Amino acid sequence: MTVVAEIDAAPAGHGLLRYAAAKAGGALLSIAMVVVATFFLFRMLPGDPVRALAQGRNMTPAQLDLERARLGLDKSIPEQFLHFVGQTLRFDLGTSYEYKRPVLDLIGERIGPTLLLTGTALVMAVSLGIWQGARAGWKPGSRFDRFSTAVSLVLWSVPTFWLGLLLLMVFAAGIGPIPGLFPTRGISSVDAPDGFGYVLDVAHHMVLPCLTLVAVVYAQYLLVMRSSVLDEVEQDYITTARAKGLKDDDIRRRHAVPNALLPTVTLVFMRIGFVVGGAVTVEAIFSWPGLGQLFYQAIRVPDFTLMQGTFLLITVSVILMNTLADVIYHVLDPRVRSV
Amino acid sequence: MSSLTWVRRRRSVERFWGDFRTRKAGMIGLGVLVVAVVLALIAPLFIDAGVTNVVSGTGEKMAPPSLDAPLGTDESGRSVLLMIWWGSRTSLLIGFLAALLSMVIGTVLGIAAGHFRGWAGAIVLRVTDWFLVLPSLVTALVLAAILGGSTATIIIAIGVTSWPSTARLIRAQTLAVEARPYIERSLALGAGHWHITTRHVLPNVAPLLLASTTLEVASAIVTESTLAFLGVSANKTSWGTMLRGSYDWGAATAGAWWYILIPGLCIVLVVMAFTLCGRALETVLNPRLRTRAA
Repeated sequence: MTVVAEIDAAPAGHGLLRYAAAKAGGALLSIAMVVVATFFLFRMLPGDPVRALAQGRNMTPAQLDLERARLGLDKSIPEQFLHFVGQTLRFDLGTSYEYKRPVLDLIGERIGPTLLLTGTALVMAVSLGIWQGARAGWKPGSRFDRFSTAVSLVLWSVPTFWLGLLLLMVFAAGIGPIPGLFPTRGISSVDAPDGFGYVLDVAHHMVLPCLTLVAVVYAQYLLVMRSSVLDEVEQDYITTARAKGLKDDDIRRRHAVPNALLPTVTLVFMRIGFVVGGAVTVEAIFSWPGLGQLFYQAIRVPDFTLMQGTFLLITVSVILMNTLADVIYHVLDPRVRSV
Repeated sequence: MSSLTWVRRRRSVERFWGDFRTRKAGMIGLGVLVVAVVLALIAPLFIDAGVTNVVSGTGEKMAPPSLDAPLGTDESGRSVLLMIWWGSRTSLLIGFLAALLSMVIGTVLGIAAGHFRGWAGAIVLRVTDWFLVLPSLVTALVLAAILGGSTATIIIAIGVTSWPSTARLIRAQTLAVEARPYIERSLALGAGHWHITTRHVLPNVAPLLLASTTLEVASAIVTESTLAFLGVSANKTSWGTMLRGSYDWGAATAGAWWYILIPGLCIVLVVMAFTLCGRALETVLNPRLRTRAA
């Protein structure tokens, strides 16, 4: 018995390695495409970038030339391209015009709050979406199902920023008899205490941004999980489980949900780009000092070096997440392995 | 084209409409859409762009709803109602055109990826997958910020970032259609790429495209408002730029609920109408969904 299992497992293991290698190669190609696209995108800027940078500042032509040389804009496009690729490979994302500091340092400072906010929101949205979606899909057409579908339809139609504004108006600014319960901006108060008090203060600041992000992303997880469970309900093994006399709840929890979970969880990672978009919006509204806000500020100034650096980082991380999801799916789901 | 084909097509449209009419949610969505589009189209008969002019605001600043301004006023004393009416033109125009652009790119590349086997199709598919992974809102923000925020560039930014899912859908459909025997017959009779894709594949994917476009308009309107809110849109009044104004002028802390609530509700209403319509279309056109929706 064990021998048979080993024989079966061996080629599968090799297949996985080959699969992972192929996916990693694909991801590398995608990242290379992102780097090339970024270079040309940011050289498409209409007009003279130096003049745009110098807007509103008194600069002599000599100073402008100096600035041009400093940014490497006096060289030919192929030279600029090689320089850009070399810099990017050394993780040198240039210096922010607005902050006068290396972009990578700025990103390093901002990455923590973003991971905290999106991580928390993602865990909450995924658990809630999967739980509700599984119950809704199990009894299609039931009152719970109709309610869930309606809720997700409404949330899907609500722009993230508008939901944030509403929450800001009702729970932060306070309206009518409701006092302002939560802070309107930032990650912590100026006079926040140390230690545990600080943690509480940050949590207090995180309630509204987190709620906004959860509400917006959870709807699609619900819908995906619902249709995924719906697929399972019609399967023969569910009928068998019923025939064995298992309780309805047990069939759902132990048979249908685990099988429906796989496609859903992968999709969670596949659509991480959507979450990133939501995070940018939420961070902008609640002045959450994360990557999204950094990106938003870079667009507002506009600070093109900073925009380029954050754009590169965001896209590359999304690509890596997707590749990881592909490989994990391959490991977890034996059904796709033979394909 | 023979008249027989047309008779057959007219019958199928009639059958389709008869089926669509029975879907209550879809009909409600369609009703809301027709009202919204008609209102946007007839707006110039009653008002002009002057209602969005900062100096033309006659009312009190940030005044709550009253008889003069039924939906209150904004930071310059302009009527929110009139601004929304005029702004609906920009919001809907961008929504429709961006969805159209996205559909055209998605259809052309989707059919190409499905029709051409070998390296050409593989490259198109590879590019599609690459675009599919990119975080679309972030990419659209960068595009709009770089190209400047005119109406045309916003349309391009949304269209260029939202086509990949359509392309995948159309590619799958193309593969399914081209596996049918009549394509082989057509090939045997000497049909070329152009004939097969435009005369056989396109008519077959067209109904699906309709449903997909309707849903795409919904998400294009949301994206437009988000781009405008995040400040990459030039100052042409749309529902998104109004909400940007409400945020900039602290309407939330000032308790000016009408300035935040009304433009947002308009977005939600129109987007939901498009979504309901699109879902009803999908259900009518896709027999697999029909049995499930129950």
